[in-house]
Amino acid sequence: MCLGIPGRIVAITDEARQMALAEISGVRREVNVACIAEGPLSDLVGEWALIHVGFAMSRIDPDEAERTLQALRDLGEAQEALEAMAEGQKALEAAR
Amino acid sequence: MKFASEFRDPALAKALLARIGGVADQIGATREKPVHIMEICGGHTHSIFRYGLDKLIHPGVEFIHGPGCPVCVLPMSRVDECVEIAMRPGVIFTTFGDAMRVPGHKMSLMQAKAAGADIRMVYSPLDALELARRNPDREVVFFGLGFETTTPSTALSIQAAAREGLTNFTVFCNHITVPEPIKALLDDPDMMLDGFIGPGHVSMVIGTHPYDFIARDYGKPIVVAGFEPTDLLQSVLMVLTQIAEGRAAVENQYARVVPQNGNPVSLAAIADVYERRPSFEWRGLGEIDASGLRIRPKYRAFDAEEKFGIGYAVGRKVVEEPEGCACGAVMTGRIKPTACPQFGKGCTPDMPLGALMVSSEGACAAYWQYGGSRGLAAE
Amino acid sequence: MEKAVALRDRIVTLAHGGGGRAMRDLIETVFTPVFQPPGMEDQARLMDEALREPGARLAFTTDSFVVTPIEFPGGDIGTLAVCGTVNDLAVGGARPLWLSAAFIIEEGCEVELLHRVVASMQREAEAAGVRIVTGDTKVVGRGAADRLFVTTAGVGVIPPGRDLSAVKVRPGDVAIVNGVLGDHGATILAARGDLALSADLKSDCAALGHLMEAVLAAAPGTTCARDATRGGLASALNEIAAAAGVGVVVEEDSLPLREEVRGMCEILGLDPLYLANEGTLVAFVPEAQAEAALAAMRSRPEGRNAAIVGRAVPAHPGQVRMATTFGGMRVVDMLVGEQLPRIC
Repeated sequence: MCLGIPGRIVAITDEARQMALAEISGVRREVNVACIAEGPLSDLVGEWALIHVGFAMSRIDPDEAERTLQALRDLGEAQEALEAMAEGQKALEAAR
Repeated sequence: MKFASEFRDPALAKALLARIGGVADQIGATREKPVHIMEICGGHTHSIFRYGLDKLIHPGVEFIHGPGCPVCVLPMSRVDECVEIAMRPGVIFTTFGDAMRVPGHKMSLMQAKAAGADIRMVYSPLDALELARRNPDREVVFFGLGFETTTPSTALSIQAAAREGLTNFTVFCNHITVPEPIKALLDDPDMMLDGFIGPGHVSMVIGTHPYDFIARDYGKPIVVAGFEPTDLLQSVLMVLTQIAEGRAAVENQYARVVPQNGNPVSLAAIADVYERRPSFEWRGLGEIDASGLRIRPKYRAFDAEEKFGIGYAVGRKVVEEPEGCACGAVMTGRIKPTACPQFGKGCTPDMPLGALMVSSEGACAAYWQYGGSRGLAAE
Repeated sequence: MEKAVALRDRIVTLAHGGGGRAMRDLIETVFTPVFQPPGMEDQARLMDEALREPGARLAFTTDSFVVTPIEFPGGDIGTLAVCGTVNDLAVGGARPLWLSAAFIIEEGCEVELLHRVVASMQREAEAAGVRIVTGDTKVVGRGAADRLFVTTAGVGVIPPGRDLSAVKVRPGDVAIVNGVLGDHGATILAARGDLALSADLKSDCAALGHLMEAVLAAAPGTTCARDATRGGLASALNEIAAAAGVGVVVEEDSLPLREEVRGMCEILGLDPLYLANEGTLVAFVPEAQAEAALAAMRSRPEGRNAAIVGRAVPAHPGQVRMATTFGGMRVVDMLVGEQLPRIC
């Protein structure tokens, strides 16, 4: 449960109430940014956050996202190498 | 969609599935003797079925669908209380759409709406707050449903209402917490779980430390996971790897969203507005100690239980669950949805008997709708 | 002849339903000058050359329209009322000819709104090549209707030898949709405003008679077509699978979806396969004619985004399954009731 999706903060709409406009795949919704506000609210514009029930709940860390993807890519390459080795082994055995 | 589509790449999944197969073979997991991994969160259950992961993965890995669907664990008596509040004159009862069809003892919120109650589906508690501002002569009640992910949103809304001095906004609090039912499951002597997929969005609020007891005291691996398919597969691989290496630790696959210590603003808002109830009733699981939250006395004016004298505020009558409903056994992983005698007979998505058939995140509805592994394999 | 009196009232009252002069003024100000029905008898008297052809059959359908809001980006209740009924005729292989239109008006409804709705009906009717030939109005008390309900019935002619039917779909037939999915459903969700979501979306509302004729000319072997209205593509495919006793497999990759519709679905936890469409049909065509049908659709503006989305198969008769982008397979069942957001 707890449906949450990545959205980008595109504008601050109400400083006092800590409200901002978030864009999610071309859909816009006013969200509360209290949970991700650290400095001035304007710093948030352009940031990505996880949006849940009208609240920006957590900033998305692009470096961590990249690290996760890189680990997956590395795993893919390692797996390919493994499979190539296994193929080679099979070919060797077949040649014997 | 950035930060989502990348994690739906079938090529990456292929490698993950191959590696999962390798580790599963290594630890001797087979269809007959599978590794049981519980995904706690209903969102994960939904992703597993939406992407057909249960059928793509090595047959030695079996997903047990956990209790992390707030709609599914909502007791009938709570729905009755919602209906009772909604039927009062002058009330605008607001809720997430999820709860509309959950059967109560007499009726669901959907049926109450048809019977004349002013019930409105909203996307956010902020929308309920706005309704209260615009309708000063009406009493706006928000049905606060959900785990730690959703709790900050109602806490912040109550704080805002207090700041603004609103006198016509209350929350009917049904917020529940994840660690306590997991402890209850682990204490069950029949439990056969080998590891957990931890709820990613709950964890972005509470961090990963609240799960330490799972690894430390029960020796089970838990990996906090994102909701995209490669997130889930990678997390399964991380759980299996821990099992293969004889380790049990709390790991975080979803580091792009989940900070180790959670979100300080959210945690502060929760602590300010809510306190633990001595116990709370879970559908299918019964009363679980300290598993639910209630609104602190200082925010009493925003507590629908207090304002309407309903629910735990006045000592509750226990309403039994419908006869033959095996939601509890399904939720604890003792039986598969298809093994419930009512599945597809007395209980279908059209006429749900148990809550697991109501939400598309409930294991039974997912089995029915997406034809879970048993349904497809049955041919 | 008596000169038509211009209606002075700005809103409709129960007096306009009383059968007297006020009602006549309403009808003669708002409806007849635009629709220009052939004669003012209690029934339309009609003839079309197509009816003379031996073997030609009459097609007859009716549909009621209720929508909130009544006007939305891309159309209004009037465009829906014309397109919906024209499409019900067209997907059955009929050439739509004539429509009736009945209006249930809640007292207090603005006359201006009626003017706008009637104008869009006439515009759609002309584009679709049909005439609105007879009609009716009723006025009901406040609360007995939601501003305006419209019912249309339509008559068309099925040319000799043409016989589209879901039961004729055979394994191997290819499923083609004429455009993007879910635009109407997502537009209405956004336009209602209670979810406070905004997006540059408009309803796909369009009459598909000309498109169907183009498809049938290019692919005469077309076995069946359905418009994917309420319940979306998923429901249309399930109906066809059940009627034909075939399985249907949909390729998730191939589904034409706008980014905003995807976004709306992600936010609310909805499945675009179940979102309503008002200008989208799915046609089943023998594989050999699929490319021709696709090209015919794409040659028309309402078919610009046409795509092959799946096919009928001998396996799992009566059931629709989707091959996910992810290489998995899942069942796509009929919708149970209304699709509800899945949020908390």
